[in-house]
Amino acid sequence: MRPARPASVVIAAAAALAAVTGCTEKSDAKDGDHVINVTATDDKCQVSKKEFPAGHVELAVENKGSKVTEVYVLFPDDRVVTERENIGPGTKQRVTAEVKAGDYQIACKPGMKGDGIRQAVKATGGKAVKRDPRLDKAVAAYRAYAQAQADETLPKAEAFAQAVKDGDIEAAKKAYAPSRIGWERTEPVAESFGDIDPKVDVREDGLEDGQDPATDWTGWHRLEKALWQDKKIGDREKDLADLLIKDLKDWQNRVGKAEITPTSMANGAKELLDEVATGKVTGEEERYSHTDLVDFKANVEGAQKSYDLLKPVAKENDAALVTELDEQFAALDKLLDRYRPNTTSYDFTSYDKVGKADRKELSDAVNALAEPLSKLAAAVVK
Amino acid sequence: MTDTNSPSPSRRSLLGWGGAGLALGAAAAGGAVAMARTEDDASPSAGSAIAFHGPHQAGIATPVQDRLHFAAFDVTTDDREAFVRLLKDWTAAARRMTAGHAVGEGAYGGLAEAPPDDTGEALGLKPSRLTLTIGFGPSLFEKFGLTDRRPEALVDLPKFAGDNLDKNRSGGDLCIQACADDPQVAVHAVRNLARIGFGKVVVKWSQLGFGKTSSTTPEAQTPRNLMGFKDGTRNIAGTETDRLKKFVWVDGKDGPPWMEGGSYLVARRIRMHIETWDRTSLQEQEDIFGRDKGEGAPVGKAKERDEPFLKAMKPDAHVRLAHPDTNHGATILRRGYSFTDGTDGLGRLDAGLFFLAYQRDVRKGFIPVQRSLAADALNEYIQHVGSALFAVPPGVRDKDDWWGRTLFSKEA
Repeated sequence: MRPARPASVVIAAAAALAAVTGCTEKSDAKDGDHVINVTATDDKCQVSKKEFPAGHVELAVENKGSKVTEVYVLFPDDRVVTERENIGPGTKQRVTAEVKAGDYQIACKPGMKGDGIRQAVKATGGKAVKRDPRLDKAVAAYRAYAQAQADETLPKAEAFAQAVKDGDIEAAKKAYAPSRIGWERTEPVAESFGDIDPKVDVREDGLEDGQDPATDWTGWHRLEKALWQDKKIGDREKDLADLLIKDLKDWQNRVGKAEITPTSMANGAKELLDEVATGKVTGEEERYSHTDLVDFKANVEGAQKSYDLLKPVAKENDAALVTELDEQFAALDKLLDRYRPNTTSYDFTSYDKVGKADRKELSDAVNALAEPLSKLAAAVVK
Repeated sequence: MTDTNSPSPSRRSLLGWGGAGLALGAAAAGGAVAMARTEDDASPSAGSAIAFHGPHQAGIATPVQDRLHFAAFDVTTDDREAFVRLLKDWTAAARRMTAGHAVGEGAYGGLAEAPPDDTGEALGLKPSRLTLTIGFGPSLFEKFGLTDRRPEALVDLPKFAGDNLDKNRSGGDLCIQACADDPQVAVHAVRNLARIGFGKVVVKWSQLGFGKTSSTTPEAQTPRNLMGFKDGTRNIAGTETDRLKKFVWVDGKDGPPWMEGGSYLVARRIRMHIETWDRTSLQEQEDIFGRDKGEGAPVGKAKERDEPFLKAMKPDAHVRLAHPDTNHGATILRRGYSFTDGTDGLGRLDAGLFFLAYQRDVRKGFIPVQRSLAADALNEYIQHVGSALFAVPPGVRDKDDWWGRTLFSKEA
């Protein structure tokens, strides 16, 4: 975790969707070119037109099914242009958006679950943004990965929180590191929201000026200190366990809507290695639990996921870079495997037992990977 | 984009000096030696560029620059091809940086999404007579199955009396010596080479140096070390073709052939106990060196460069023990620097001399001299705490050549 992130961070805050204004105000505009009628049922999602002029677009949604539904307008990479939730059976809603020329999908989600029933639509006129369908696919797959990580993390975090609330220090210690893996794998996406990260993953020295550790320090590391250093669980810790789950649910709900681009995926991979280089290799991140190598592994796995998805395009543009990255990922994995009993276990060696020379070796391997990884973004957009 | 991010017209016009230096150096068979010398001192055109190409690597006989950044690396790849690729990449980067250019496509103006090729802190600075010199340590030959090509002269240095070597400041598979008149230029060069090398090499140790302690331009005053003394007045000048040939450059007959035109570099980190030195009487200080402190003249003489009468000095005087006459003519080319690296935790400056010496054969250069210095009265005030030895290959001949080609290319 980093206390503050500059505005230049590539995965920009979700709010910065330049092309998008999702609003649900009633519109007095007459049905014209820019209105699309969407008829949602339990198994259909009919649209009145599949081509419309770019610019202001309005969906007139009617739910004729028996389930509560929601309707989305999606970019080709699954990013949300606009959405409307909780459309009850028999009700009508209007959803508006500003769209540039290009391909989109309209999705209805009866029961508000799953990928939805989708219709391909096209906004025409003006200058279309050139898109590489392979990269759209990579972004969509990465978005699904980030969502899956959040979904899988919640039960693990809840088990951790429950152990804290039960006052069971040993069980809580055991559940601590596993509860962080999904977060660590997708950290740059989580950090892109800006407000969640300081609540769940801040370290005491990352608090801002004027913040009081006694009241303002929340999240995993505050509980880590209680468990390993103070060795006691009080009412405050139990409250913090509940708060952690609340904040992580917020993350789970928002992760699918993060602004993700091919270059932000590539640079996100590099940022994960930066996390390792500045926080894990030094042992600062998990200074009480010494579970740094678990985070380390998760960061590398997240970077690898990003890389693997971008690899087909990167290989075309810079084959030598791909060879190098394959080699360095393998070398770092091999090195990390030395610190766990087998390749399925996340039971890594406690970092306080990792000597200076071994830490340097890990640091060298991180540098060896992170330097070529910093060139991935260029290879993707070439 | 050969001129990418070259900061100013003035800097580019200076590059002309590089070309001129190359021509002059080649004509004088001296390679990358002194090119533009002003009347009286060792800082010829401080902003100019030193020719990178030549029969010998620049940074040996080149008039000593004011600053040093020295780095020893461990090689982490066992892939010979990958290592050779790195040597070629390094050569290309060194060629650009010594000419005052940024690495690759520069430090700005490229893709917004990717980090620039060059780190940028030398933008706007002059070439500053940057030289980059590479050397190969004994351990490198084992890493790539080249033990049959390890020169006999690349011995394992014996343990010398008083050595207290820290392995974290010693050895290394290879080294880069960056010398420049501007410390930022020297640091930039090593930083960028280290960056290019990630995944193949890692920095094992490094040393910053200031205040050159020797001169290869005898018309200049000999610089002083941190003890306040001039030392090494009889150093080999960059223009002394005969002495360079005799004592510094490896000859074809010396073997192995790939080292012809190269040299051997000894690097020693010598800690000085400057606090106790500063409490030593002037008489004792002068007796220890065998010179007077003001002029630097040998005992009983008037001028710095007067021929010393060794027998007039105390038997354990530094000059007496280090002099070629005491060591069967053993002569080395020195280009050491002073250093201070903060404090040692005991309230004392961690300061001293980073000693660099080039010679044709260590067995006839550094080793006999250092053995002779076992009796040096100076030893009470100094301690050797780091040590490394490197075979410095010949120069890069032209734009198609690369560092270490004579050792690593298949046909060589």
